[in-house]
This record gives sequence, C-alpha cells and structure tokens, in this order.
Amino acid sequence: MRAQKPLPRWVDIALMPALNVALAFVVGGLAVAAVGEDPFRAMQVLIFGAFGYGEGWGFTLHFATSFVFTGLAVAVAYHAGLFNIGGEGQAYVAGLGAIMVALWLDQTHWVFVLVGSTLAAMTFGAIWAMIPGYLQAKRGSHIVITTIMFNFIASAFMSYMLAQVITRPGANAETETIAETGRLPLLSEYFSAFTYSPLNITFFIGILALIFVYVLIWRTKLGYQIRTLGANPEAARYAGISAVAIIIIVMAISGALAGLMAVNEAVGVQKRLGVGYVQGFGFVGIAVAFMGRAHPIGIALAALLFGALYQGGQELAFVMPSVSSDLVVVIQALVILFTGAMSEMFKPVLLRLFNRGNGEPEPAGD
Amino acid sequence: MNTKILSKGLAARAGILAGGVALGALLVGSALAEPALIYDAAGKNDKSFNEMAWNGAEMYAAANNLPYSDLEIQTDAQREQALRRFARSGASPIVVPGFTWAEPVSVVAQEFPDTNFAIIDAVVDLPNVRSVLFKEQEGSYLVGALAALKSETGTIGFVTAFDFPLLQAFGCGYVQGAKAANADIEVLQNFIGTGFEAFGDINTAGEIGRSQVERGADVIFAAAGGAGEGALQAAADAGVYGIGVDSNQNYLFPGNMLTSMVKRVDIAVLNAFQDELDGNFTAGVQVLGLAEGGVSAAMDEFNAPLITPEMQAVLDDFIAKINSGEIVVHDYRSDNSCPVS
Repeated sequence: MRAQKPLPRWVDIALMPALNVALAFVVGGLAVAAVGEDPFRAMQVLIFGAFGYGEGWGFTLHFATSFVFTGLAVAVAYHAGLFNIGGEGQAYVAGLGAIMVALWLDQTHWVFVLVGSTLAAMTFGAIWAMIPGYLQAKRGSHIVITTIMFNFIASAFMSYMLAQVITRPGANAETETIAETGRLPLLSEYFSAFTYSPLNITFFIGILALIFVYVLIWRTKLGYQIRTLGANPEAARYAGISAVAIIIIVMAISGALAGLMAVNEAVGVQKRLGVGYVQGFGFVGIAVAFMGRAHPIGIALAALLFGALYQGGQELAFVMPSVSSDLVVVIQALVILFTGAMSEMFKPVLLRLFNRGNGEPEPAGD
Repeated sequence: MNTKILSKGLAARAGILAGGVALGALLVGSALAEPALIYDAAGKNDKSFNEMAWNGAEMYAAANNLPYSDLEIQTDAQREQALRRFARSGASPIVVPGFTWAEPVSVVAQEFPDTNFAIIDAVVDLPNVRSVLFKEQEGSYLVGALAALKSETGTIGFVTAFDFPLLQAFGCGYVQGAKAANADIEVLQNFIGTGFEAFGDINTAGEIGRSQVERGADVIFAAAGGAGEGALQAAADAGVYGIGVDSNQNYLFPGNMLTSMVKRVDIAVLNAFQDELDGNFTAGVQVLGLAEGGVSAAMDEFNAPLITPEMQAVLDDFIAKINSGEIVVHDYRSDNSCPVS
C-alpha cells in the first residue's frame, strides 16, 4: 500500500485552523438564527466590537495578553509531554503573591510594582505548579489528576485568604486597592485611541513571554531536552537526560507563565484581588495552546482570536440583547470544540484532496 | 414548577426584545434617560438575588409602561465597560446588584457626575451614587426562630455558598434567632464551595442538605442563591423543612417550605428607577431592615398550614421587639465575629 504524503505545512498550521474557526462560526450563526436574529449582522457586530475601534482593540488585546500567558503555560508543559491543566489554579495563587507585593510597594513607583509583582507572580505560580511536577516526577502521580486537583485546593486556599486574611475592612472577599502612585500605566495614556480599555504595560511582557518561549524551546539546550523528553522519554533517558529534573523545571516555568496573568488582570486592571479573578482563563489557555499548535506564533494568533471573541461577545450582548450572554458562551465553546477537540476533523478530507492531484512529492513538513 | 419557569422565561424574552428595540434607538443617538440594570456574575435567571433585581425592573416597566435596558456580563474587566456604555448612551439611573460592583461603580460614577447610579449590598460614597444595604441578620433572625420552634429533633441546618462576611451575617442572624427561641438548639453550618461558582452548584448543595438531614437536622435554611434549591429539594425529599432565601421561594416545595428569608432587592431596584422618573432620586446610604420592609420571613398560602398560632405569636413578639429596638440583632460584618454558634 502506497503511503500517503503528509499534508503541506501551510495546510496543517493555517488552513485547518481557519476551516475549523469558520465551521464554528457557521454553527454559531445557526444558533444566532435560531433565536431570531440575523447571523450576518451578529458577525458584523462581533467583529466591529473586537476590532472596529480603539477601545475594542484595547479590550481584545488585553484579553489576548492573559490568554497568551495561560496558553504558553500549557504549551511549554506540552512540549515535555505533560498536560498541565492547572493554569487556572496557578494563575489564582500567583495573584496572591502579585497583589501582596503590589500593595506593599504601591507608595513608591509603578516600575517597582511592575517588577516586584511580576517576580512574585512568577514565583507563586511556579511553586504551585512545581508540587504536581514533583509528584509526577518522583511519585508517578499523573499530572492531569494532580494539576486539576490543585485547582480546587487553590480555590479553597484563596477564598480563605481573601475572605479571612487579607480582606479590605468592610469588604466581603477582596483585598485593598492599589494606590494611585503604584498603578501600572495603561496604554491609553500614551495612545489615546485605546480610550477606556484596560490594555496596560503587561501587554509587552506578553510579547516578551512569546519570544522567551520560542528561544527556550527551540534555541536552548534545555529546550532540546524538553522536546526530547516529550517526544520519547526512553530516548531521553538513554541520552542521559534526567526526566525528574526536566519535569520539575518545566512545570515551574509553566506555572510562572500562567502566574503572569495575575500581573495583567489583578495588578494591571482590577488593581485588587477578588475571589475567582481568573474566571476560566486558565482553561481557555488549553484551547489556545492546542489551536496554536504549541508554537508562540500560533498561540499569539489563537489568543487574539479568543480575545476578540470575549470582547466582541460582550459587544454582541450589548447591541443585540436577545443574543444572551449564554449564547455568546455557546459560540466561544463551539470555537473551542472545533479547534481543540475536533481539530483533526478535516484532516482525512484534506489528505485525500492533496494526494489526489499531481504525483509530485510534496516537501515534507518538519 | 416547570411551567412557571417556562412562562417566566418567555416573559423574560419578551422583555428583552422590547428593551432591545429601545436600545437600538439609543445607540443611534437619541439620549433618553432610560434606566438600566446590569446583573452580577451569576446572571439574570438565578431564581434568587439577580432575578429579584430583574423582578424590580419588570415591576417598574409594568407600572409605568416604560422600557428599561439590562445586561449580563462575562468577566470582571467588563464591569467598568458596561457601566460606561450605559452612562454614555444616556441611561440613568444605572442599578447594579452585588458588592463586586463597588470598585467599578466608584470609578465610573466619578467620570459621569450627571448620571445616577445605585448599588445594592455595598457602599460607594459619591454624590451621584445611592447605596442600598439590607439588614440580612434581622430577617435571618426571624427564620432562625421559626426553624427552632418547628424543629422536633433539636437540630437545624444552615447551608450557604462560601465563607465571606455577607453570608456569615445570614448565618449569625439565623443562629441568634434560633437560640432566642430555643437556647438548646444545635445549628449545623456548612459551605457549598469556595468561590462564586458555589452560588450555582445545586448538586453539592443537595449533597450537603442530605448530609445535614442524616445528622438530624429537620429544618434547613439555604442561603446560597440559585444553589439553595438543591438543599431545599433534599429537605423536601426527606420530608423535613426548608427555608428559602432572597426571593419568596415558598412555592417551590409546598408543604415542605417553612418560610423564606425575603430580601427585597426588587424594591431597591424599583425605587431607584421610580425615584429617577419622578425626579426625586437621592444619593447616600439606604439601610433596609425589618422596620423598612427590606427583609422579612415570607408568609403566604403555601406555608400557612405549617405555622402554628404559637409560632406566629413568638414571631410577632420578635418582630415588635426588633422594631422597637429591644432586640438588637448582632451584625457579623460589624466586627467579623458572631457571639453564638
């Protein structure tokens, strides 16, 4: 039997995700039509809300920044063959470190707040992720089970801390607010087009994180070890790579990346920490990472898509009140379903299509 | 019950459609001073707190035959955005139920000094913001007393969402009332979860309700928004009594619902809308206790057979004493502790 040629690389990384997104929008459009609204107008409102004006762009990029962090966290672990679904809890616990340092330094200057809370968020996130990492490396406890359980522990721990320990007097379950002097600058202070959007300086940390992950995974010895472990643990062992060390290090990096979301959302925008501030962004990071094929460029694009869905979705709920917020969640869920769980759905069709034409061999993707 | 929910849903949809037409008009530029309501994270149809707020808006719409706008939000970053959008489109007053709105309201209310805002369950001290607080402890005291009087086992239960001061105020009032009616009563207290999602976790609430019944509780007060229904169902299934919260939930399981601790969020929303319409909106803090009709133990045809004349006499006595100031129900939030447990 003649072996099938693999798909051209551009099909795999661009065409298939685009088809999946398109399909999600078609099905989402049917749902919109089912409640008696014009799906084309809904699409228009959604896209305009996300990209049509400065404030919309600002919200889209702000959400995208958080998704970049949680998406990279999943991707880095994935390269080592680890499925870290604890980004939610890691970002939550990181919020504790970030806000404590931010409140401690908020009388000085925002630069100290930025640096201090970034380091604290990364440290707290890393520690929270290292524990499941250690349990996986040393005890063989499956990382999927432990990271998801750590999400629950984080939730209980954090609501205790927020409601009992570091509560603002008179508040129910949130901390003090960061003082004016220590607040991170919003990009709207420099580019007035962003008006009231929450896009802040953390956006640039997001870009740095994307570059960092690219260099780490594909340009360093550690990255090579990570990929080797992920591709073939036996070969990695034979090559003298310590799986124990790599697993723990990778989980620490993964947790630190997830933790950066705290700087963007809690320190940068809400200027305080409240119960449940992560709001599922840690889980969306899983979809972002898979849709982005665990590559920084893909993750940036996927994060932008999800940021646009969040911002455009809110616009949709505002402009077309019969499209309830639940329906917006349905559309977002469809994108996750088609790009994540069913991302390979078009592969057999495309393989047949690309193998049918001329007999010339396609250049193999790496 | 199902048909009731369905018809409610249909009414809601009709309401939204009507609002939508008006909102479309707003967006093209005509600045009407239409009131707006933005729900808290749990969303509109939670059969409890937010739905109570929506009922208030509907009461306003029905009484004046005027439209209003409403919106559900998805993430915290959208709170300020939603407030600003309504303020910009000329809506006033903008009413938000829930203490999580405090910070966003304080930011946006300063940007729009000519727009009126109202927040429920928190205080925002600005000249254009009305803050509405409830004395949840007083209403909880009354239902606690009824629970203790009804209990035959000497054990009653309290199920709530998660551990934070507002919910502790419910629990503390409940225990105080129960102990006042029967000094030997034992009160089981359990939390459903650890975050706001607990307000929607009907299944866990049911588990906890069943566990409290197994530990001897024969009256369970479920103060957990939409999740409370799970515990009330567990009580009804076991043939014991439940106590609802926020809305009057007596109709849910007739014969097994002792009463409901009603918190008139709807009145707060209606008043804010109506005061603006009548031109006498006032800022400042409003505290709605028992005397103001803000909280009460619900009495209707569904629970009338369960309330004996003796219980009614004790209840009336406590109401009179709270109103006269003879009984001061301790507010957990005043010092973050409860004198009884």
